[in-house]
Amino acid sequence: METLTYNGTQIEVNAEGYLKDMKQWTPELAREMATKENIELTDKHFEVLNWLRAKQAEGTPLSIRKIGNSGLVDIKQFYALFPGGPLKISSKIAGIPKPASCI
Amino acid sequence: MQDVLERPVTKVAEAPVDKNKGKVKKVLVICSKGKLEDVYAALVMANGALMEGIQAKMFFTFFGLEAITKKHADHLHTATVGNPAFMPGMPTVVAGLPGFEAFASYMMKKEMDKLDMPHVTEFLQMIEAGGGEIYACKLAADMFHLKKEDFVPEVKDIITVGDMYALADGEGTQIIFI
Repeated sequence: METLTYNGTQIEVNAEGYLKDMKQWTPELAREMATKENIELTDKHFEVLNWLRAKQAEGTPLSIRKIGNSGLVDIKQFYALFPGGPLKISSKIAGIPKPASCI
Repeated sequence: MQDVLERPVTKVAEAPVDKNKGKVKKVLVICSKGKLEDVYAALVMANGALMEGIQAKMFFTFFGLEAITKKHADHLHTATVGNPAFMPGMPTVVAGLPGFEAFASYMMKKEMDKLDMPHVTEFLQMIEAGGGEIYACKLAADMFHLKKEDFVPEVKDIITVGDMYALADGEGTQIIFI
């Protein structure tokens, strides 16, 4: 079991660094996690993160295509916001499980 | 010789893997076929690479060109004849009846829609938006009398086989041929 310590709180993550419990997520934790991915979070990033969390809570399977159709960002902007594997990285920072999506 | 054969086989210890060293950094996906399932295999692999942070280039040649023409990209068919994995037991004579292939392709596309799979033109747009590059083969384009304006706008250029290999330059590139 791996843990991440943030502000004195132990946060459980899996081997790939994804949060085990999305309720333990805070925007501050997101900023911290984003720094590790060399991303500085802006309001636009948070809009996407909150959208991902909302969809995850609804139980909707996530894909890059769905984010492109979200009306928040297009696919190009999504790749620009989270370079190097946008769906994986944004999900990690959003504190949700790694999406099992091939598209 | 005998001596060599009788020598005990020792297992070679696996060298520790440096994860970053052997990583796939770029894929060049060559699509030479125009069947629905082959084209989707190419598109899924190129797009999947981009999703993983791997660079992706696509090269369409021969019947694969159908997938990037404005006219046919969204109207590809699956082969019902000469495809033993398609409905095993289906007699070729039946599978070859007029309209059968169109019907089978329609059914397949319906299943794909259920899985939220984009149509070919949208898939190509997604790949371009993700930083992927799409090219057409010059020789095949000449053969089928296709010009730049016949292709969807995502097609960056019509290139030669030599130019195609240049796309694969660099360490950590894999070429996938479909």
